[in-house]
Amino acid sequence: MSRPPQNLTERSMAIGLRALNRFAGSAVVDRFGLRDPAERFLFSASKTTVRTAVSAGRTFAAAQKLARPARQPTTPPSGLFDLTPTDEQRMLSESVRDFALEQLRPAALDADAACMTPPELLTQSDDLGLTMVGVPEELGGAVSERSAVTASLMSEALAQGDMGLAVACLAPAAVSTALGLWGDEEQQATYLPEFVGEHIPAAALAVLEPRALFDPFKLETRARRANGGYVLSGVKSLVPRAADGELFIVAAALEGSGPALFIVESSAGGISVEPEPAMGLRAAATGRLAFEEVELPAGALIAGARPEVYAECIALGRIAWSALAVGTGQAVLDYVIPYVKERTAFGEPIANRQAIAFAVSNIAIELDGLRLATYRAASRADQGKSFSREAALARRLASVHGMAIGSDGVQLLGGHGYVKEHPVERWYRDLRAAGVMEGVLLV
Amino acid sequence: MINLEVPKKFGFLIGQARQVAVEVMRPNSRRYDRAEHSYPRELDMLAAVINGMNESGALAGAGASGATRGSDNGDSPERAGTRNGSNLANVLSIAEVCWGDVGLLLSMPGQGLGNSAIAAVANDEQLQRFAGKWAAMAITEPEAGSDSAAIRTTARLEGDEYVLNGEKIFVTAGDRAELIVVWASLDRDQGRAAIKSFVVERDNPGLKLDRLEHKLGIRASDTANFVLADCRVPRENLLGSPEIELGRGFARVMQTFDNTRPLVAAMALGVARACLEETRERLTEAGVEIDYDTPPLSQSAAAAEFLAMEADYEAARLLTLKAAWMADNGKPNSLQASMAKAKAGRTGTDIALRCVALCGSVGYGEGELLEKWARDAKILDIFEGTQQIQLLVVARLLLGKSSSELK
Repeated sequence: MSRPPQNLTERSMAIGLRALNRFAGSAVVDRFGLRDPAERFLFSASKTTVRTAVSAGRTFAAAQKLARPARQPTTPPSGLFDLTPTDEQRMLSESVRDFALEQLRPAALDADAACMTPPELLTQSDDLGLTMVGVPEELGGAVSERSAVTASLMSEALAQGDMGLAVACLAPAAVSTALGLWGDEEQQATYLPEFVGEHIPAAALAVLEPRALFDPFKLETRARRANGGYVLSGVKSLVPRAADGELFIVAAALEGSGPALFIVESSAGGISVEPEPAMGLRAAATGRLAFEEVELPAGALIAGARPEVYAECIALGRIAWSALAVGTGQAVLDYVIPYVKERTAFGEPIANRQAIAFAVSNIAIELDGLRLATYRAASRADQGKSFSREAALARRLASVHGMAIGSDGVQLLGGHGYVKEHPVERWYRDLRAAGVMEGVLLV
Repeated sequence: MINLEVPKKFGFLIGQARQVAVEVMRPNSRRYDRAEHSYPRELDMLAAVINGMNESGALAGAGASGATRGSDNGDSPERAGTRNGSNLANVLSIAEVCWGDVGLLLSMPGQGLGNSAIAAVANDEQLQRFAGKWAAMAITEPEAGSDSAAIRTTARLEGDEYVLNGEKIFVTAGDRAELIVVWASLDRDQGRAAIKSFVVERDNPGLKLDRLEHKLGIRASDTANFVLADCRVPRENLLGSPEIELGRGFARVMQTFDNTRPLVAAMALGVARACLEETRERLTEAGVEIDYDTPPLSQSAAAAEFLAMEADYEAARLLTLKAAWMADNGKPNSLQASMAKAKAGRTGTDIALRCVALCGSVGYGEGELLEKWARDAKILDIFEGTQQIQLLVVARLLLGKSSSELK
């Protein structure tokens, strides 16, 4: 793929500025009164320091709302089998990939050890406009059309740098994408301006619960109707940036209905958080959220608990995790190729041995199969076709082959793969997540 | 724009291939599996129909002959936009027909792998002269299979004829084809560069059928062993350049495989899908529900097994479509062709064998076709380059290794 002769900074600036420019020039800024200094203050609401509960977070207040919810349009398909990304997709994924390789990769080791993502990296990633991708243009979004393929390509590119950091960067985008796709005009007016602004809130989509054989369609987190609103109780597991979270979308079984999504502001009483570091994704500062009789307003329920919306949310999350596995799998492949060519044993490069070379072949083969399955699921979503089957197949491939790629990455480096001098041990840990996680991300 | 759905414009083609599979292949499947070496007459009529369809452009090649050189397919994709052409059409229709029966597809008159070789390297005069003839491919020898550079069959130029001597085994459709594309060396001292392919008429007196093999599967397809004893062919029957170009000639001969490997991958896809569909029906009868939303580990073991197989089938299928799409768009696809063949070959066998187990005695017994498909599938991970050869090709390309470095 040919690249424009821009250096990294210019290119990431270009995309960041593009997003910023759109925002600044957008009528929505005035419509929502965001230029008002008092309102602007809400943008930069400082984060609280020590947390026994979750971050108090900012106050989300509805500005002027549209008459009906805004939705991104989709491009009608050409009808031809085609693996060529659009120019916009190529530009976005290349600038994100540069950011991932130049900024995320070097920071990954320390972030993994510290179980947190450096704030300056989050700021940089916010500047890339990740949270604007799923937001309709009339609400300040950065991309004219709804595209799960675009989001998949960007997720893949980020995870090529580091999966844990990618999850930290992408977590708020899942919330803005969900609101862009399914939020009503009130919900969009209340929350989306924050996701196209300067200080993107820490936000997360919490689906997973801490138990074996978790099934996102059989939730133990429950919501019952009370006082014209809802009362939410339950525990969510491995929520990225949970302690800093200002806004959550939480999956819960709605009494008398089925699984549904609820908007939960961290300022609501009854939410507590504890760190839940895991095998991998450590830079994402995963935590366990407990909701104890949390009272939610009537407007917290997304899409009237329509089952098809919830199923779509789960499937889009699975595609996102597959996309991350593709990115990190690519990182493994790109890392082991030069290694096995340089490493010598028995008087020649180990790459000259079939046992080694075939392992590299199999990484490449399964990685490309996973990538194509992921793209297919995403492109079906964009075309309005059913895609839960394709998402399930991509997830299965990500779970099995993603894991195997992580394992082979370490194996090919032998003892050197097992120590932190090389990133493959981290990728081994991170790649296991693709078959475990539910929710968190959306494409 | 990224789209991995089968284009609507191939709907008619696929529908026709499907009909062939349902009406002709399936009803004769077991019969010719049992009656190995008997000629499937039903296919003659079918070939006539398919040739008619080819001419009308409707069925753009249900077999191998329609595969074309990727580089011949026109402008750069940037300028011309994406193209869905004969390579994609071929893998789709072949998969469909092989859903019916892969052994019978290999016996379809006029659709041999030798036809692909001719399509890939013949000059215009040869293309015209051999048009419409059924061509088999003779590469393997008793002492040289995967290592095709080590073949011992020789070709000596005498006047206007090449004189071929040697032994060829495992020639698919070798008895029934009209032409045999024979690989032979012009000069064994000059190694792989001296290997050329020659078109030999089946009725050439120097080409002697030694025997027909009895096989594990694809028994509807004849597999012939030949002895070439002073077999004389006109010098115009050498495909490609007669010059021994060091480092180039063999590569061109090997290019054939870039075209044929996705086709064999497609065959594996057809068999795999037949197995999956049959097994799904049997599982449904047994009360197993397969749900794409519920995590596989929360479903029955049989359902989880099925989902696992379906996922690998999906990967194999998309890799195959990608390899064909690249050929259609003039992109070099050696890497992708071998990746597709490796994945589809092993997945086909794996799925077929697992489906036999899932269906128990129904799967294992001759009352149904699953046990046959499991036998048929295995060859698809062997011919046109074994699994191991595909991995070797992929590895050499990825690692930038020559065949002397990575043996």
